[in-house]
Formats: sequence, structure tokens, C-alpha cells
Amino acid sequence: MYDFEYQRATSVGDAISKHSAADDPRFLAGGMTLIPVLKQRLDQPTDIVDLGDLEDMRGISEEGGSIVIKAMTTHHTVNTSELVASKIPALAYLAGTIGDKMVRNRGTIGGSLATNDPAASYPSAVLALNATIKTNSREIPADEFFLGMFDTALEDNELIISVSFPIPDEAGYKHFPNPASRYPIVGSFVAKTSSGVRVGITGAGPCAFRITEFEEALVGNYSADAIREIKVSDDGLNTDIHASAEYRAHLINVMTRRAIGE
Amino acid sequence: MPSIKMTVNGKEVSGEVEGRTLLVQFIRDHLGLTGTHVGCDTSQCGACTVHVNGRAIKSCSLLAAHVDGSDVQTIEGLADGDTLHPMQEAFRQHHALQCGFCTPGMVMSAIGIVNDNPDPTEIEIREALEGNICRCTGYHNIVLAISAAAKEMKA
Repeated sequence: MYDFEYQRATSVGDAISKHSAADDPRFLAGGMTLIPVLKQRLDQPTDIVDLGDLEDMRGISEEGGSIVIKAMTTHHTVNTSELVASKIPALAYLAGTIGDKMVRNRGTIGGSLATNDPAASYPSAVLALNATIKTNSREIPADEFFLGMFDTALEDNELIISVSFPIPDEAGYKHFPNPASRYPIVGSFVAKTSSGVRVGITGAGPCAFRITEFEEALVGNYSADAIREIKVSDDGLNTDIHASAEYRAHLINVMTRRAIGE
Repeated sequence: MPSIKMTVNGKEVSGEVEGRTLLVQFIRDHLGLTGTHVGCDTSQCGACTVHVNGRAIKSCSLLAAHVDGSDVQTIEGLADGDTLHPMQEAFRQHHALQCGFCTPGMVMSAIGIVNDNPDPTEIEIREALEGNICRCTGYHNIVLAISAAAKEMKA
């Protein structure tokens, strides 16, 4: 692997100041995306600011009707959390579908969201549950966070501290895994609350997005039948060796129906 | 260069490494523990699996400096003298290896699986082995071995 300056942060403030002082730095959370990316030289930062020592950035709590997951919490911890399982079981289930056991032992929710891989699982839940992303400087609503492929609303030197997920009345997640990598070719997260229904889709486009036609149809009739005949446009969806845009559009409907419980 | 310290197989070790040094390079090149293998080097195959603070991880995808201060266990730390760990013994008994390249990672991963789920079904074992690839495709006996070892480890 090519060389970089390795720095270890002792606090959130220290992480921000080390990051601000460096030329072209990256934060290192679990490293499950960043390290492979560095090895392939797809990204060549000058500095790595390691967040591994920031124990106060790990943990899950319930605060005022929301589940708050701190940024350095691993997928394994979310997957096996009794609190998450009792309040938003679909979110615990989603965390257990990411990567493999070893990846889930290191990969973090903050790292996943900051990377915003087109096939990352968490963004669908963040959108559907209308989560709020808290950084060191502000709170970012889910609808304003995901900007495009590997692109988010995070500014330079801005670090995700936690993610707050309002507890829904009902939620479900289903994905169609790539048979080799297990990344979702399409994943759909559906959440129903007193203020309506939200549907977050991942894997299908450059980044996660909502399907408002589904949401409107599901408000009055929260069932698979309500969306069965709604054809999703394949405009702008991803095409690769695994699936065409047209096939992904088809899968969006199927996965959403399954997420509702078909 | 970061200077790091960790416990590997119960022994305190330390060394000067480059920031870019991977945990697997530290284990193999600095400590000479070559039981941990590098297969794909892209965090897919699981041959490099070791335990860090009791959790199975892929050591080709972690910086050594990132796990400074951790407790690391490798395949070399499992046996007690000439007595194999029950998982190693089960792999031997059930002929759960062909070429053997993936075996250290399979065994470390398998112990992690049984630690999390002491009584796994065949399907649970197969799903939990998602991150370990055997190019000889010898999965059948690996699954049998893990199932047998789980019973032995519970006893």
C-alpha cells in the first residue's frame, strides 16, 4: 500500500483539528471500505486520522422516541442490540445483512454513511425512517444528506457523531443480494409512522433515494397490493454486469412489497 | 513511525511499524507467525481471519496501528501444547481441509461463529461462513466439522 501520514485522534476535537491541519486527509472509522480503497489506490489521501480510540463515539440509546446510534458503533453491535431489536427490528435485521461476520465486527454506521457507497445498506433506512445525522457542527436531515455517488452533504473537516432514528409504528427491509458480493442489487426499507409512509431504496441508483409514488399509495393502504401495479421508471438507475436498469426498476417494486410483508 | 504494542496469543509484543502496515503484515512479517494467510488481499476470502479483542476480523483490511493495544489471537494460539483446540481437532477428524490454504481463516472464523451461537444449525453455519472462501470448495466437511466442534465446545 502507498504511504500516508498516520495520526490517531484522542477526542472528537482532536480529530477535527488534526483533520483540519492536514493537506488531504481522511477519517478512518472501521476501515472496511477505506482500507480496500487505499490498497487499490482509488483514493490517495496524505493523512489518515484514526478514530479508533474514541470510545465515547460508540453506543446505542433511546432518546425521546428515537434510537440514537453513535457513529463508531459496529454493524454487529446494531445487529445484536436488544434495544434496536425491540424498537426498530428492521434496522437490526438490516445491520445483519451487511458484508459478512468479520466485516460487521469492524464496519461502522458513521463510516458507511460518510462513504455513501451506492450499494450501502444503511442509507435506505436513514431515508425511510427520516433519521437525523448529527455532526460535530450541525444536524442534517436525511433528505438533505445523500447527494450522489460517494457524495454527501458533509463539508470538509465535518465528522458524523451520531444518527438519530425516530421509532416507527412499523418498518421492514428486504434486499436482493448480489450472489457474489452480497451487496444489495436493490434494497428497500419501508417505514410507517403517524405522519405517513416513507420508502428508501438503495443499490438501484447513484445513491439512495425515496419513491414518493409508493409512499402516497401506502398511506391509505399499507399493503403490498397498494403498490403492485405501480411501475417504477428505470430512468437514471444503474446498469452493470449484475443487473440492468430495467431489472433494478422491477426489483424495487418486488423488494418493497416483500419489505411490507408479502 | 507509529510504535505499537499488543498482546498476541497471550504474549506482549511491540514494534515500530509504518502507518500503512497492515495487521496481517505485522503478524506475518514482524512476528513470524505465518499461519495467518493472505488470500485475496481484498477482504473477501477470509484466509487472514484472526481475533481482535475476541471478535473475528480480516487482518488484511486493518492497519496494525489501528489495533494498537488490542488482544489478538491467531491460529498459532489455539492449541494447548500438543492438544489441538476442539475446532482444530474437528477439522482433522472430519477431513475439513483439502489444500489447507483457507484453513487457518476457516478455523478462526468458525470459533467466532460458535462463540456467538453455541448451537448453530447447518444453515446458520453456512450463512455465517459467508466471509470465508474455500477454492477447493470443500465446504461440506467444513460445515460438518464446525457442527461437531460446537457440540464438543459446549460439553
